[in-house]
Amino acid sequence: MTLSEDAVAMPLLSVRGLTKLFGSFAACSHIDLDIAGGEIHALLGENGAGKSTLVKMLFGVLQPSAGQIVWQGKTVTIGSPGEARKLGVGMVFQHFSLFEALTVGENIALSLDPKISLAQISDEAASLSKAYGLPLDPKAHVADLSVGERQRIEIVRALLQNPKLIILDEPTSVLTPQEADRLFETLFKLRDEGRSVLYISHRLEEVRRICDRATVLRHGKVTGACDPRQETPASLARMMVGSDIAEVHRESVQPGEVRLDVADLSVPASTPFGVSLKNITMKVRAGEILAIAGVAGNGQGELFDILSGEHTVPENDAVQIRGRAVGEIGINGRRLMGASFVPEERHGHGAVTGMPLSDNLLLARNQSDRRAFLGGGLFSIIRHASVRSATQRVCAEMDVRKSGEDPAAGALSGGNLQKFIVGRELDRQPALLVVNQPTWGVDAGAASRIRQALIDLARAGSAVVVISQDLDEIFEVATNIAVISEGQLSDPYPAGTLTMERIGLLMGGVHERHSGSEVAHAHRA
Amino acid sequence: MSMFEAILLTVITASTPLVIAAIGELVTERSGVLNLGVEGMMIMGAVAAFAGAQMSGSPYIGIVSGIAGGAIFSLLFAFLTLTLVANQVATGLALTLLGLGASGMIGESYVSIPGIRLGNIPIPLLSDIPVIGPVLFRQDLIFYLSIALVIGVNWFLFRSRAGLKLRAIGDSHGSAHALGIKVIRTRYLAVMFGGACAGLAGAQLSLVYTPQWVENMSAGRGWITLALVVFASWRPWRVFAGGYLFGAVTILQLHAQALGLGIPSQFLSMLPYAATIVVLVIISHNRRTTLMNTPASLGKAFVPER
Repeated sequence: MTLSEDAVAMPLLSVRGLTKLFGSFAACSHIDLDIAGGEIHALLGENGAGKSTLVKMLFGVLQPSAGQIVWQGKTVTIGSPGEARKLGVGMVFQHFSLFEALTVGENIALSLDPKISLAQISDEAASLSKAYGLPLDPKAHVADLSVGERQRIEIVRALLQNPKLIILDEPTSVLTPQEADRLFETLFKLRDEGRSVLYISHRLEEVRRICDRATVLRHGKVTGACDPRQETPASLARMMVGSDIAEVHRESVQPGEVRLDVADLSVPASTPFGVSLKNITMKVRAGEILAIAGVAGNGQGELFDILSGEHTVPENDAVQIRGRAVGEIGINGRRLMGASFVPEERHGHGAVTGMPLSDNLLLARNQSDRRAFLGGGLFSIIRHASVRSATQRVCAEMDVRKSGEDPAAGALSGGNLQKFIVGRELDRQPALLVVNQPTWGVDAGAASRIRQALIDLARAGSAVVVISQDLDEIFEVATNIAVISEGQLSDPYPAGTLTMERIGLLMGGVHERHSGSEVAHAHRA
Repeated sequence: MSMFEAILLTVITASTPLVIAAIGELVTERSGVLNLGVEGMMIMGAVAAFAGAQMSGSPYIGIVSGIAGGAIFSLLFAFLTLTLVANQVATGLALTLLGLGASGMIGESYVSIPGIRLGNIPIPLLSDIPVIGPVLFRQDLIFYLSIALVIGVNWFLFRSRAGLKLRAIGDSHGSAHALGIKVIRTRYLAVMFGGACAGLAGAQLSLVYTPQWVENMSAGRGWITLALVVFASWRPWRVFAGGYLFGAVTILQLHAQALGLGIPSQFLSMLPYAATIVVLVIISHNRRTTLMNTPASLGKAFVPER
């Protein structure tokens, strides 16, 4: 495919005044956007800025409320993803577009021309994936594949339709730095063929590295269009957030006694698609923040469950909190020893969305703070006044923005609910805090607030374990860093001694005990 | 005809309605819709088939009328759960109760009227094979259809593109919608296919099994098929095997009761249920394949973004 002459002059895709209303809420408001042929165009914005809504309209999943889409000089209506594909728009989704129970070949076949037979698709997919350096086995079941491999399916699926524009939604949020590098190679190859890429991200560094132009969204509006290579991360962030983000401050403290001790614990997977934990060993001292890095789906959820006691283990001595064996003790027992836990999923796990914040506070702490919140007697009457004042204290402390005094948890935005949940645990001054993905899907302001709170907690003498996929976050908060890969946890390294690249190698499963040649191999790949 | 052949024939007659209704429900559930109204659709099919045969004098018109009765009745379920997004479990239960009641009312004038039996169609040559011939190849149309349905549905689900789309919708309706597959339309068709099959199973009851109309003559078979589909991990051949196992144990325990072996009759009546569950649980012990075949969005409401 080569670039035709007029495509240079005329943008491949022009969007004018595109607006999408959900009720009275404008998810996108009067968006203007031009994408030229053969460019990598970044769409920058925080969570909730309207990026996903915009691309869903471009791909025909959502219908715009107003405005027009001009494709190669012609005004078009994109009524369905099928029509978008016919125009030449391919899309690589961030979430939910693969079918776990189907094979790779079947997944690819579903989005293609019905006339092509399944065998042909497998062949073509195999040759395409080789050409772009994206190896795939068409017979494998999606459920068995890593996140990186799943993304390759999506990309190959989009490429099989020979698109002129490929939309990628947050493609690197699930990749190791090395996998991301490989993805960038593929993108450059696509650009050299004259295809355009719309690259959606909130990661400033990589946008500056690979994109030719950038359009920035905030609260559903375009707040800037620029050449990202001419900007600094700070200036891009200002366009994205609208104000400067508070920097996180850290001072190291002398580590104290061991608060959490896990010794050589192996736990078989409890579901067929789960991950088995192998020989997990970790020690966290008071004043330390141990960050556990890793690509999603490598056992983080399982590890959190055994630390919190949601999943108890028969080896009672293998998990110790403040020197006491707790392997067989459930979550309430561990809370009573001064531990606190913040799970990954906010809705339905960290909080009951239909209940007000005060009830959510009480539900989490009804055992550990029984004296404060519950009266005596047979029915343990709830002391509403003290629950309410504790809720207000948490909200004030963490700057939780809410409508009304005590709204339902589900009515809060993701960032504010997360601040509340973290604050609810911090309010107890826990001796040990374990938190899984503390700022996943949270806006930058709330994220820096939460990170600062974690650092302050450690400085005040608590031990903190942070499980996170976000390497920037890890470097911001951690005193020690370990990496989890396929259910195995690496040794912890002091944060200052590790580079992004080293962590990336560890995340890819290249461990210290392997020979040096393998590390070199991973470098090349 | 030997005793052995006679037993085989009754086993087939007892198993056929289970297999047909279960294969229909399997297709419905593979598309991600849980229709608990099989019992109601089956009994509506039975009364519609009986009425159709009485009015026209032809059992074949009865079959068509039974299929149409089940399919149209299931359309009510589809409209409530897919268009109005009502709760599938509650709507399915209501469909069963409504079907049982409505069929009783429609069939009031047919009670104790002699029915029209569906005749057998011997297949030339094959029907002359000893033992197998009379049992398998001197059967009625509905039996032949039941075998064709199992083979056809298995081929459709795992070999055809339309079947792939149906499975994809059952696995994740959100992703399917994002790919441009018509989720609601496919589910309508899948629910109606399930209804048509339940109707055909009902027609077998009132035209073959006991050619007459009796209120509540489906006698809980709809519920058995629901269990069969789940225990067979949504796989057509396992549904077939489960249906025949249940039919066989039902007939055999009746013979055992007649022989008077001194085993409590309650225990024998329990056997078909226990045996079917035990066997199907054993074959589906592999959790991985079971999970692979379980429609992940089963029973979940789908409201497309607009």
